Amino acid sequence: MSDIKIKIVDREGTLHEVDAPTDMNMNLMEVVRSYELAPEGTIGICGGMAMCASCQCYVKSDHELPEKSDDEDAMLAEAFYVEDNSRLGCQIHMTEDLDGLEVELAPES
Amino acid sequence: MIKTDILIIGAGPTGLFAVFEAGLLKLKCHLIDALPQAGGQCSEIYPKKPIYDIPGFPEILAGDLVTNLMEQIKPFQPGFTLGERAETIEKLEDDTFIVTTNKGTKHHAPIVAIAGGLGSFEPRKPLLENLDQFEDRGVAYIIKDPEVYRNKKVVIAGGGDSALDWSIFLADVAAEVTLVHRRNEFRGALDSVEKVQELKNLGKINLITPAEIIGLKGKDSLTSVIVKKAGDSAEEITLEVDNFIPLFGLSPKLGPIADWGLAIEKNAIIVDNTLDYQTNIPGIYAIGDVNTYPGKLKLILCGFHEATLMCQSAFQRIFPYKKYVMKYTTVGGVAGFDGSKKEAPKAVVKAIE
Repeated sequence: MSDIKIKIVDREGTLHEVDAPTDMNMNLMEVVRSYELAPEGTIGICGGMAMCASCQCYVKSDHELPEKSDDEDAMLAEAFYVEDNSRLGCQIHMTEDLDGLEVELAPES
Repeated sequence: MIKTDILIIGAGPTGLFAVFEAGLLKLKCHLIDALPQAGGQCSEIYPKKPIYDIPGFPEILAGDLVTNLMEQIKPFQPGFTLGERAETIEKLEDDTFIVTTNKGTKHHAPIVAIAGGLGSFEPRKPLLENLDQFEDRGVAYIIKDPEVYRNKKVVIAGGGDSALDWSIFLADVAAEVTLVHRRNEFRGALDSVEKVQELKNLGKINLITPAEIIGLKGKDSLTSVIVKKAGDSAEEITLEVDNFIPLFGLSPKLGPIADWGLAIEKNAIIVDNTLDYQTNIPGIYAIGDVNTYPGKLKLILCGFHEATLMCQSAFQRIFPYKKYVMKYTTVGGVAGFDGSKKEAPKAVVKAIE
């Protein structure tokens, strides 16, 4: 297993290209936190249970992502600034298939 | 004025356990929390989710952990100011503190322990242009007194338990209840979903899904909302209502504590972890998820440890000249302020003939 490259646009609009490990059981929300691309306390509030939507992001590339779980789908139905390409970062696990993934963090709400 | 030894801000697991450790030192505690119930995130966000890293519990539901903590601290008779947010702090000449809530309740204590987690939970407000204008004039995010809605036309938005439960409750109180949600599916206890279905069939709840409220109208107070229906029958309708209750959950905000003069970094309060989790203001401590120090981990089990050391330091601050050594509960037992006494049974000494 190796690292993959991910492009993340933060909430200020700055693009970051980061390496994400695929062997650390990490999800996209945790990658964002590990690089401190959003202030602590504004992302991953529920810890990754798909229960707060603070890690909402827009998926810009056409990678095939895992289907939304009922929990994720329901949470996005109650979140704000939701678009068709909205996902919860905490539900996107880092796998080799996601090399080159491009996402943008949704505004804080 | 409420008087206590340690005033704890935040009634989550860390704040609750601090009551126990303080009680062993014969210190009384009072807790303030913005939520209407104790337990913090464990009660509010994930009561039915299991936790696997509480020492001694291979698995425990967050809600059960709170129930257990409440039972554990009961002998120490903690006071609670719930549903109020700690707003201001004032240091008196004798180095004690007065903390006042947003509702004006005053608390006086020599020690303040902030166990505020990620902050106080504030309602998440929908993105509507003139929402502010109608706050308390038809728009409310929290239902304090259901009687306010008697014989009124009420529209509720949201898809979780609180939207379902209040729709059910208000169906018997209000003249009209409309529930608007962006999906046909609701995320809530099955009982509640079924009950709403039943009330919908009986014509007691007017359900509009998938739909969203996109506008508010009125002069001095709210008179109608604009509902945008999605899906096959996409259209915009105007719904005459007296009240709009958006229930989109809560999100934590550090809030007024950020203005108390405490050293803050990354939305957390900087503490001295080499000693006692005291902040830059002597007498104010920060424990649990709300604090930060090199190597900090936001874990409940770390909060318990921090609460324990904080209480020892608080004791020495209140009684600088009193001699004290830490006693194991197995040795000393637990003597409650309510007169209860728990202790290890004495060994029986009996000769074998």
